[in-house]
Amino acid sequence: MTPVLRLSREIYMEMTGHALRGLPEEACGLLVGTYGGEEVVRFFPTENAVASALIYEIDPREMLGVDREAQAIGADIMGVFHSHTHSDAYPSPTDVAQALDPGWHYVLVSLRDTHPVLRSYSVVDGVIGEEPVIVTGLE
Amino acid sequence: MAVEVRLPTVLRTHAGGASVVSVDGATVGEVLAKLGAEYPGMAGQVVQPDGSLHKFVNIYLNDDDVRYLDGVDTPVPDGSEISILPAVAGG
Repeated sequence: MTPVLRLSREIYMEMTGHALRGLPEEACGLLVGTYGGEEVVRFFPTENAVASALIYEIDPREMLGVDREAQAIGADIMGVFHSHTHSDAYPSPTDVAQALDPGWHYVLVSLRDTHPVLRSYSVVDGVIGEEPVIVTGLE
Repeated sequence: MAVEVRLPTVLRTHAGGASVVSVDGATVGEVLAKLGAEYPGMAGQVVQPDGSLHKFVNIYLNDDDVRYLDGVDTPVPDGSEISILPAVAGG
């Protein structure tokens, strides 16, 4: 289990921008890189297939497309991103119940306050672990 | 006949880390049953005891969701690829 998530300034802005553009609904997307690794190589914004402010779902067809793009660059889907429109950037009980991959990073963006708040977690056997997020390219 | 099965990251640990495995079977159900037999850690994670698909996985035969074909009875032509995709959702 990796205790850190690294993402570039550009990916950080894509994630928070995708979350804001998705309002009033929850937004979601997939992280691509080395499975179990620290660094997000690419971020793929996806549609929220259930178009809801309370829940999200990624269309499996869209996921298949991302999986193929990941394969093409020798990478894998290594995490998932979604937004919370009115609550903390912390996995909800629904998120934990549906977090099936102990090797994934689960990235949350909260839009509850004035500025988006981004945090990342592991979820292993229902146990949430927060991991520091390092945004590269800010120097 | 053998088909290639693309595994999601969460299941690879049961196949020695492989992302693709080759399994025999004439239908989606046969391939998935064989997968569970060859890699016991996967048994019960893709197909339920009654033979139906687990609700937390989506199975694609090439570009098509088998739920919109004939489900586990969908025939698999030689050389086709089956992708197992975990359902990704939350609140």
